[in-house]
Amino acid sequence: MKWQRKDILAIEDMSVDEIQQILHTAKVMKEILMRPIKKLPTLKGKSVVNLFYEASTRTRTSFEMAGKVLGADTTSIAVAQSSVSKGESLLDTAKTIQAMRADLVIIRHPSSGSAKFLADILKAGVINAGDGQHEHPTQALLDIFTMQERLGDLEGKKVVIVGDVLHSRVARSNAWCLQKMGVDVTFVGPPTLVPVELEGLGVKLTHNLDDTLPGADIVMALRLQLERQKSGLFPSLREYSHLYGLTVDRLKKTGKQSIVLHPGPMNRGVEISDDVADSVDALIERQVTNGVAIRMALIYLLIGGSSNVVA
Amino acid sequence: MEVGTVKSKILDADGIRRAVTRIAHEIVEKNKGTDKLILVGIRRRGVPLAERIQQYIEEFEGVKVPLGILDITLYRDDLSTIDVHPVVHETDVPVSIEGKSVVLIDDVLYTGRTARAALDATMDLGRPERIQLAVLVDRGHRELPIRADYVGKNLPTSRREIIAVRLQEVDGDENVLLLEREET
Repeated sequence: MKWQRKDILAIEDMSVDEIQQILHTAKVMKEILMRPIKKLPTLKGKSVVNLFYEASTRTRTSFEMAGKVLGADTTSIAVAQSSVSKGESLLDTAKTIQAMRADLVIIRHPSSGSAKFLADILKAGVINAGDGQHEHPTQALLDIFTMQERLGDLEGKKVVIVGDVLHSRVARSNAWCLQKMGVDVTFVGPPTLVPVELEGLGVKLTHNLDDTLPGADIVMALRLQLERQKSGLFPSLREYSHLYGLTVDRLKKTGKQSIVLHPGPMNRGVEISDDVADSVDALIERQVTNGVAIRMALIYLLIGGSSNVVA
Repeated sequence: MEVGTVKSKILDADGIRRAVTRIAHEIVEKNKGTDKLILVGIRRRGVPLAERIQQYIEEFEGVKVPLGILDITLYRDDLSTIDVHPVVHETDVPVSIEGKSVVLIDDVLYTGRTARAALDATMDLGRPERIQLAVLVDRGHRELPIRADYVGKNLPTSRREIIAVRLQEVDGDENVLLLEREET
């Protein structure tokens, strides 16, 4: 299949074929990433700019490494030290980057829709590294890649995603991605964080984790955004942890050797206990490795050929 | 398969078998045995050719030489000029090539650009003692200073002509054809 897209903005409008092609390409990239000499000449002379308006360790670093392994020149803009702090608009910042002839811009921004806003203006490709509460497509792709790597075909498998779904772009992208691939998805969390409006995503919603776990092949814990407690969405961390925290005992309820994912960063002792986070079934570090492979695949697909090169 | 009218059949199934068998013998002879040998097929048609050479060597030497697969897509020098986005496939070289004699195997040697890319791809996997190149057909028109160590058939061609290598494993047919490119 010929790759058509200039940008990666959301999983929602992606076809199954496109997702398959990304996963296939990422498999090739992972082999390269595991080599002792992990460097390719493929994107020599291409430049990739990371524009992050929100804090990030793994996403920003892994985009940077992915570009470097492929031979591109990658630059990261620390927004706090840039002209953004002098009040420059997103549009002007983006145009400045384009004027420097960047081939690809990776953006993370607190406003939903900001990645699409950029993609519509820029000739360069744009990858959404998380926009507000909308989507985080590369996270969903690396999650499904990690699941496939361990479980093979995912058709008919059961995934339970637990936590602050309401504010989670990771959960949203995963819901789209997993359902397209034939996976059964259930969101679990307190009613304030898993409101009925989310039914529009097509997933099942429940509020009792213990009743939902039996039969789950994959359990994904989301980071509890601690500032949410102040706004009164749940009474206490202790209560949350008691009802929704992943512990070894609780995971036994799945009745099988389930795998555990977490997009990071983790609040140990809140949504996930230490012994779960460090167990063999937790693939959290593998997710990070696979994140580099997925981002290599996307960068290659977007700027590897001539079709999308900025004139 | 590229479009063109068939001018002649260069090799039939027996011809291919004889040429590949001879290459297998030459590889063992030139490397004085199979000790440090690794066969690496270049996708796609280099792969079945490498498998056959491995099998022939096993038949007459009683040794199964390690076999790898190389995908050179990410090393192409024309990535930024070709229109169609090439699909990458996996590289799979299961043993270390450090200090070994690597024999790269491909179906046709033409401009030498694939061989150049394969050399770079191989070097990125380690530092072999030497790299050799085996091809079923050498059709000339090199654009780089590259030559093959083992050649099944030397075939002077014009640039208008097309060499079509068809192998049972890939194409369900077994021959080498010379075609004339049709005017478009």
